[in-house]
Amino acid sequence: MSVSLETTPGEIGEAAPGRHRALVHLALVTLGPILAALVLSGLVLLALGVDPLAYYGYVAQRGLFSWLGLQQTLTRMAPLLCLAAALIVAFRAGIWNLGIDGQFLLGAMTSAALAPFLITVLPAGATLLVAAAGAALVGAVWSLLPALLRAYQQVNEIITTLMMTFLGVSFANLLVKLVFLDPGTTVPQTRTLPVADRLPTLFGTTISGGLVLGLVAVVVVHLVMTRTAFGLKLRTVGENPQAAHHAGLDVPLLTVAVFAISAALAGLAGGIEILGVHGNLRADWNPAYGLAVIPLVFLARFNGFAAIVFVFFYSALMIGGESAARRIGVPHYFTLVLVANLLILLALAEYLDHRRRQRAG
Amino acid sequence: MEALLTAAFLTALLAGAVAAGVPLLLAGLGEQMSEKAGVLNIGIEGMMLMGAYLGFLVAFESGNVALGFVAGMAGGMAVALFMAILCVGLGLNQIVIGIGLTLGVEGLTALLHHFQFSTTYPRLAAAWRLPVPGLVELPVIGPALFDRHPLVYLAFLLVPLLAWLYRRTALGLTLRAAGEKPAALDVAGIDVQTVRFLAVLFTGAMAGLGGAFMANVAAGIFIPFMTGGAGFIGIVLAMLARGRPAWVLIGAVIFGGALSLTTALQVAGLNVPTDLIQMLPFAAVMAVLVLYGRKARLPAALGLPYVRGAR
Repeated sequence: MSVSLETTPGEIGEAAPGRHRALVHLALVTLGPILAALVLSGLVLLALGVDPLAYYGYVAQRGLFSWLGLQQTLTRMAPLLCLAAALIVAFRAGIWNLGIDGQFLLGAMTSAALAPFLITVLPAGATLLVAAAGAALVGAVWSLLPALLRAYQQVNEIITTLMMTFLGVSFANLLVKLVFLDPGTTVPQTRTLPVADRLPTLFGTTISGGLVLGLVAVVVVHLVMTRTAFGLKLRTVGENPQAAHHAGLDVPLLTVAVFAISAALAGLAGGIEILGVHGNLRADWNPAYGLAVIPLVFLARFNGFAAIVFVFFYSALMIGGESAARRIGVPHYFTLVLVANLLILLALAEYLDHRRRQRAG
Repeated sequence: MEALLTAAFLTALLAGAVAAGVPLLLAGLGEQMSEKAGVLNIGIEGMMLMGAYLGFLVAFESGNVALGFVAGMAGGMAVALFMAILCVGLGLNQIVIGIGLTLGVEGLTALLHHFQFSTTYPRLAAAWRLPVPGLVELPVIGPALFDRHPLVYLAFLLVPLLAWLYRRTALGLTLRAAGEKPAALDVAGIDVQTVRFLAVLFTGAMAGLGGAFMANVAAGIFIPFMTGGAGFIGIVLAMLARGRPAWVLIGAVIFGGALSLTTALQVAGLNVPTDLIQMLPFAAVMAVLVLYGRKARLPAALGLPYVRGAR
């Protein structure tokens, strides 16, 4: 079962004679579902007695059009971009890594455990580097079992990665509460990395430097997957494992490599969130960014540059939504409804478009 | 160690295993039907949660728990209807839609719960119990197995019933064909889409019922996200059972036991971190997959939409 809706990623951005028309068409199958999802979710708000226009207006104002909100939006993009990169690698290689939330949280836990300790013995730069590398490594290790099961036993990775996420979330909590607990606070959390030693902010703003890391991750992943021989190998494995095997590729090894790269990026996302924003990890903190990034990556048709745009708007939606939860009293669960609508309507739009093209010949 | 072997501990463990296991059993049996017919129903988590929410809401508002179960089934089926239309009818990607539906139900039920109950968190009265005369007197297993809500007995009865259905009836054969070789079924003059459609709806009903049991009998309260992966465990149970309902039952009791170990250990006076206990069922799933993963046979056409005439 390959990971794609209807369009294969290669179809996008092809320089055909009708390039202009293709762009218009792409806009339709992208903007169509977005608008429809906003309307449908708006109806849910209406049913709950909330004015959808006022809600969306407030969210946009807060997440996009205020300087404070925009800085928060750009900071939030950092982990989401890393997660998007993680998913692009996996999905393009035909692997359903649905365990990125667990990998993210264990990465966060690793950074939060390492950084406050390392800073006492190492300079700040080295501390950040080691803590981020540790996060990536632990994320990758957490995906090893699903990777080996998929590569050598053909066990469906959807189930195993989901199981590992549930395990990982509890495991991270356990470690925070029992092993890395800061004895100096009453809330169960790790020790805190001082603000001055966290990832540097950009140009005198409050935007975390993690944004740069996230952008680099997505762009590099996109280029590796589309422009290099290694990327081509991974895509071949994803689209037709048998053909890949006959072409002499070591399919199990490449499968494990995909899991490791994808999970390392997810772990890194957790590390960036801790090293750039929070400085520590609280017990029972689980933002579950991962499942929300999945629709964005599909919406972007696994294209890294498009993913950046969608992640930007989604970040704004999250920041605005979190603020609206306090001001308008609509809990941020609403973003889940919106994301679900988006995912389903996107699949539907792809289907309708496919049918239309079939009929056109 | 002695504390672990007292009757109180064993009763608590077994009773908890049944309370936590029945939703898993229902979900697993439901998922098994879908998988037999060739649909990997990832949306089952959402169906359970919708069943839990609607089941609780109706039971709470009407004061009638039985009516709550009907509503829970209807809720699960409503979500399943979306799944059936989009994945069976239109042939959309079963995984994308399954995740979408689960996310949507999580968000929607949490929102609705927030607007209705977030300030009060109301509880239902303790569930009705129907002691089985005679058997209830048995030590340990009497109170744990034979002094339960009638739905518990029905869920257990469903196991031989489904086994008989799959093995001895034409309907069972039809279901298997839809999952193994849909084209053959089509040639035999039976509409593949209809068979799959109905199988998915059955899954929804079972998952919804399981969710409603979770909220109305096991917990007595609805909490957002309360299914917490039970639907996914149901998928694993169905995968490992290799099409046999009896194995779903065995798996459900084992995982139910793992889920209820916290309470049982507290009864025994041991304090183990909840996070550690919460890892148990999922660790058990992984262990089983490592040991028997290769044997988790799934129908040949699982996950693939059926398009007539396509090869």
